[in-house]
Amino acid sequence: MTTLELSPYLVLILVGFLPNEIWRALGLVVARGLNEDSEIVVWSRAVATAILAAVIAKLILFPSGTLDNIPLAVRVGAAVCGFAAFVCIKRSVFAGVLVGEAALLFGGFFFGR
Amino acid sequence: MSAPRTFPSATTAFFGGIRSAATSVFFPVIGGTYIGIGALAHDFGFSSWWLALSSILVWAAPAQVILISALGAGSALFEAALAVSLSAIRLLPMVIALLPLIRRPDTRLRDLLLPTHFTSVSMWVESLRLLPTQSREYRIAFCNGLSVGFLTAATSCGFVGYYLAAGLPPLLAGALLFLTPMSFLMSTARNAQMLVDRLALVFGLLLGPTLSLLDVGLDIMWTGVVGGTVAYAVHRLREAAE
Repeated sequence: MTTLELSPYLVLILVGFLPNEIWRALGLVVARGLNEDSEIVVWSRAVATAILAAVIAKLILFPSGTLDNIPLAVRVGAAVCGFAAFVCIKRSVFAGVLVGEAALLFGGFFFGR
Repeated sequence: MSAPRTFPSATTAFFGGIRSAATSVFFPVIGGTYIGIGALAHDFGFSSWWLALSSILVWAAPAQVILISALGAGSALFEAALAVSLSAIRLLPMVIALLPLIRRPDTRLRDLLLPTHFTSVSMWVESLRLLPTQSREYRIAFCNGLSVGFLTAATSCGFVGYYLAAGLPPLLAGALLFLTPMSFLMSTARNAQMLVDRLALVFGLLLGPTLSLLDVGLDIMWTGVVGGTVAYAVHRLREAAE
């Protein structure tokens, strides 16, 4: 905890808030004068979606925190099960998340560390 | 799930937003996620008020998980800040895509500050889904209500997870952190009605881990720029061909 001796709240501002918020602030500046049909907005949505997809894949494949106690094959298998349920059950996000979580708990119970 | 088309005032739009938050799939998902983050914060020795403030100020689950595990593991401050910032790049194009949807010609800049700060995956996905059926007048109030609803779930469940941590088995704690990628994946897929969005989703899922394994610096940013641009180019080419 040496890095936190400074002051945990100062660290929160400098290391958590500012590096995160700068992208929102930049978006506010760039979005001035754009309307929702402009091509740059369509492109921005595509870039946001691709970045989000990359974050999703990395959270599943290379997680930090307690999730890495569950083996990679179980995590990927559970994600596939969840997505299959989402597609089959009327594109319900709720059903997909529920099935994915159940598969993760099941696999983690039998194959986890 | 669908919100009324028009609200008579900003106040009713705000409470309409809160109601949409409470009935959204993200409500239980955020609750579960922040129980997981609360347990994580407890295990790494942060205070529960520090966690609550981080939820309000950072308001991005992946960034908070990175922040807590990096600081708790004793990483250098600069390294932790960089990791947080890289995970947050997605917020830039999200804000650019959201603001033109809620702004009117006479909207003042200061009225956009709150929705800008509130922009997160849950709020963005639900706003893009619900706003197009509403009149433009009170969209900002609706977005703020939606975000306040989600943020309330996050901060209160953060406390629950924090004080539950000792009794939370590791498998369950892991499963709670799995809620974020699962709900992000399926809600993005549900919202991807147009070809350009579907392609961007698939490209991002494939390109992100590939670039990361190849040790390409700024892999998340490059995935977005390359994957998103290729998806956009395909969409333009198809439009031109029709």
